[in-house]
Amino acid sequence: MIEILLIKSALAGIVFFAVLNFAGLHTWVERKQSALIQDRIGANRADIFGFRLLGLFHGIADAIKMFTKEDIIPVEANKTLHTLAPFFSVFFALVAFAAIPFGPALVLPWFEHPVELQVAKINVALLYIFAMLSLGVYGVILAGFASRNNYAILGGLRATAQMISYEIALGIAVVGVVMVYGTMDLAELVQGQTQMIGGWIPFWGIVAQPVAFIIFLTAALAETKRAPFDLPEAESEIIGYFVEYSGMKFGMFFLTDFLETIMVACLATTLFFGGWHVPFLMPDGFHFPWGGMIPVANWLYVLFGVSSFSIKVVIFCWVFMQLRWTLPRFRYDQLMSLGWKGLFPISVANVVVTAVVLLFFGEAS
Amino acid sequence: MAIKVKIVRRPELTFWEKLYIPQILCGFKITSWHFFRNLFLHMAHRLGRFKHFPASATIQYPEELRPLMSRFRSRHRLTVREDGTPRCVGCMLCETVCPARCITIVPGEHPDPHVEKYPVRFDIDLGVCVYCGYCVEACPEDAIRMDTGILDVAAYSREEMQLDMHELMDPKLRKPIHECSLNFPHQCNLTEGGEKGSWEAVSGS
Repeated sequence: MIEILLIKSALAGIVFFAVLNFAGLHTWVERKQSALIQDRIGANRADIFGFRLLGLFHGIADAIKMFTKEDIIPVEANKTLHTLAPFFSVFFALVAFAAIPFGPALVLPWFEHPVELQVAKINVALLYIFAMLSLGVYGVILAGFASRNNYAILGGLRATAQMISYEIALGIAVVGVVMVYGTMDLAELVQGQTQMIGGWIPFWGIVAQPVAFIIFLTAALAETKRAPFDLPEAESEIIGYFVEYSGMKFGMFFLTDFLETIMVACLATTLFFGGWHVPFLMPDGFHFPWGGMIPVANWLYVLFGVSSFSIKVVIFCWVFMQLRWTLPRFRYDQLMSLGWKGLFPISVANVVVTAVVLLFFGEAS
Repeated sequence: MAIKVKIVRRPELTFWEKLYIPQILCGFKITSWHFFRNLFLHMAHRLGRFKHFPASATIQYPEELRPLMSRFRSRHRLTVREDGTPRCVGCMLCETVCPARCITIVPGEHPDPHVEKYPVRFDIDLGVCVYCGYCVEACPEDAIRMDTGILDVAAYSREEMQLDMHELMDPKLRKPIHECSLNFPHQCNLTEGGEKGSWEAVSGS
């Protein structure tokens, strides 16, 4: 029993460490990637003993700045809720990572059961993640409401409206995937994607549900509250829900954004790109369709799986960042009409078509 | 004459544009092209290759200055004769033409009868100057120019914005100045506004 507890804590620690560091790195990625896109150099001045290291220290400088800045709570604000809101935001964004399987089962010689590389093995992991993502909106609306600032509350309302309307499209898009693989357990869902069609093409979610993938990507981008769906924040002009936040509380909202980006990248990888699956890699080695086979030890298999998952997540983060610097922001009515008149009907149609196809040609899984 | 009405139709989106996704991919293509090209060029520059293809339009300001046009008007300077005295003949044309009235000249008698006058004092208040360049245009002796290339004129007080002859004659000097390097008679602000220097010192050197 105590071993299980230790292993779970170690897993949680690893996921925390990886995710928080990657979120911190996102500040650097955002600066440098936008700079490259816009023919600039990007932040490169912060140095430690003269080493600039491509501006990597700017993230640390940011953190020091945010921690040492004065934390202002407006006089009229509700102090408890105002303080609680950023914690809500970060908490729910972080907790959702527990249900993401980031690698195949690892066999430890001194431990009888293989270790599932997933902090919490929940059989409705997908529902759990969506629940946590939805709860994240409480942080946002609380921030807007508790600040006692009209701009902030309008930003909070925009955020709520946006997140609720896009969550529906998101949920229905995922229903198609769940129907194809017949499970809500993310570990099993990834297992289902390891089959091969005719031995050549991996049966990933993108192959089975391309339309759902596009809807998912769009709606998920809206969930992260970043451009082109950054209406809730819109720091450049219409002012978002965290106007009244300063110091690390503001930093926590920012961190939430990055965490949600990573979360969505993890979800897209898990649902549509085979999670930790490497094409042609079976638990005992590579099986190539032309008959070749390279045996692979279990630890190497796990290593391949974890790196495959990480690389896919990084690529998705890159794509999201690239989209963020490519597309201009939606107007509010455009946002709503895209969500309700565009994505929602398409996702429903996708579910219907999937159901009909499964009914006639079913027993895919 | 009847007014002609020209109806400008709003450009309607084609089917492919309405689908939105192809257009997103087009934008994605542009940003990705910039991203990968600049990424490649930055790495190549580190290895010393493709130096003539710039990877960014950035000028790293305090280290690199942007190239100035030759007619660009920057901070003033007073041109100097071979013996180290100002070319200025104290004709007051620049002080008269100055629309901001930022120039203060106190003329004095020059020992050379062909020169007649010279400035005992020549101050420009950069906090008032509008950088119009009229003083340069008006000068008959080419004694004042605006070609030092100094753009970063900044100070913590109004007094520090006032340039006297020491700085105007030697653009390399920056405040605070402690030593007086002028040997002709002038009203030296460095020694509480007292007269300093003599023509003997000039001819002797």
